[in-house]
Amino acid sequence: MKTLQELQTIATQVRRDILRMTTAAKSGHPGGSLGTAEWFTAMQFNIMDHDPAHFTMDGQGQDMLFVSQGHITPVIYSTMARRGYFPVAELATFRRFGTRLQGHPSTAHGLPGIRMASGSLGQGLSVGIGAALGKKMTCDNHLVYTMHGDGELEEGQIWEAVMFAGDKGVDNLIATVDYNRQQIDGTTEQVMDLGDLKAKFEAFKWKVVVVANGNDMQQVLDGMAAAKAMTGKGSPVAVILTTKMGYGVDFMQDTNKYHGAVLSADDLPKALAQIGETALGDY
Amino acid sequence: MTHYEIKSQKELRSGFGEGLVEAGRQNENVVALTADVCGSVKIDAFAKEFPQRFVQCGIAEANMVGIAAGLSLCGKIPFLGGFAEFVTGRVYDQIRQVVAYSNKNVKICGSHAGISLGEDGATHQTMEDIALMKALPNMTVLVPCDFNQAKQATLAAARHEGPVYLRLGRSKMPNFTDEAAPFVIGKAQMLNEGSDVSIFACGHLVWEALEAAKQLETQGVKAEVINIHTIKPLDTEAIIASARKTRAVVTCEEHLFNGGLGDSVAQTLALHCPTPMEYVAVDDRFGESGTPDEMLTNYGLRATNIVEKVNAVLKRK
Repeated sequence: MKTLQELQTIATQVRRDILRMTTAAKSGHPGGSLGTAEWFTAMQFNIMDHDPAHFTMDGQGQDMLFVSQGHITPVIYSTMARRGYFPVAELATFRRFGTRLQGHPSTAHGLPGIRMASGSLGQGLSVGIGAALGKKMTCDNHLVYTMHGDGELEEGQIWEAVMFAGDKGVDNLIATVDYNRQQIDGTTEQVMDLGDLKAKFEAFKWKVVVVANGNDMQQVLDGMAAAKAMTGKGSPVAVILTTKMGYGVDFMQDTNKYHGAVLSADDLPKALAQIGETALGDY
Repeated sequence: MTHYEIKSQKELRSGFGEGLVEAGRQNENVVALTADVCGSVKIDAFAKEFPQRFVQCGIAEANMVGIAAGLSLCGKIPFLGGFAEFVTGRVYDQIRQVVAYSNKNVKICGSHAGISLGEDGATHQTMEDIALMKALPNMTVLVPCDFNQAKQATLAAARHEGPVYLRLGRSKMPNFTDEAAPFVIGKAQMLNEGSDVSIFACGHLVWEALEAAKQLETQGVKAEVINIHTIKPLDTEAIIASARKTRAVVTCEEHLFNGGLGDSVAQTLALHCPTPMEYVAVDDRFGESGTPDEMLTNYGLRATNIVEKVNAVLKRK
């Protein structure tokens, strides 16, 4: 467990990793990664009960996490490495030929911590439900977490899964939605209005926690703790995590421009200067 | 030639249903999922005997594939059952991402495959499923030929570690293989040795191939009949050995001309021993409503069609 200040420092370092990885690879998805740095840091270090040194595919006796919007690999890999799943230096191989750090998460290259390929959107909640049912069948009382983009909720399979989990009372499952209201072709309001997301989940018999500012570490910790407290009571739990895409760099924030576009080598130092340095050091 | 007797007329999907119950008794990790077609795909007996190991997903095949993949992570051996079109074509990307690419121990069981589904018509008669599934790396593709073999194939799929597609028909068909014959994945089954032509068949067309061989015998043609119940991994050794012996090949399948058993055999022959070859398969078109008998006859999938193709290929020797 880390203190609030330690977590904030890690999230800052994670932001540096995200920008350096994507600029080095000349590709990748910094926007959604920056926006969820607090959440992933909190999950890896304080929220989840897991042991990177003893990663197993079956996840017995540990919490499991499935990131459905697999394109945010920069934040996934950075927080995994910082937590000890693999050497931090390996972040330099992101998206390069022969790497374990594939553009989207993969199980085909032996990276500890990844249990399922993702990135073809809309599929991670179903996988999480299966794992949650598997935990119930094997009498493992640990939790299954999933993470989703808000634009991803336009996929029909998500609602098949939402209906299933609510109806069957899959109550060892916490699904978090990165509610940044941005997607590739514009805002979610422009592309496909999500409407009252909380009411939608509740209509499908889910319990819902709303985090008003998902870029405030304390709010993330409190929100996820509240969600955990709701498990085991007959309903799945959704967390609507309000974030800013591109958070931490003023010219990357509140725009979808950096969903899948990276900073140039010229712009990178300007962004890193805004984020600042940490004692953890760059990879 | 080797004599085969029709012991009964039975559905392959029922062989799967019996095999699934037996697999469930043998291994407590076997679980089953369906999408509102429990009775149609014969998972009902399993669901009754093992209610805690059965997951009713409702009419939501995409979600079912993901749930199965998630269950496999926890050491479960999920068999998901549905109509073949809706557990392959409808959910191709789901299978690609979380079953094949992620290499999970999920068994996709497609009933009502092929044109012999009959009256439901082309919307439900998949004849592309073998092509779709065999294209996926890591996927094993099984096409048993009768009730007994469907049961054995189900047990073999449960023992096999990795993704499997099991193709099953809906209609009653001759049940003629030995019920105790073990199913060895990837090992072609020699049904009749011959020297003039090799007939490679799968699924419902295996019986038609044996009927064709009988007719050919009266013409003085000795046909070798081999059941290719595993489309992938293909038993290329058996195919090459037979083709080298007979120098003429006919393939038979209840599938489109494109991408099925015939193409797998043609590829093998082209690479290793170019041999004159003819296909018995459905041309590049969809099916329609009709009885299973009418469909097989009108789409050219009968023993007489096989005999015609054998005579055609013999002229090319």
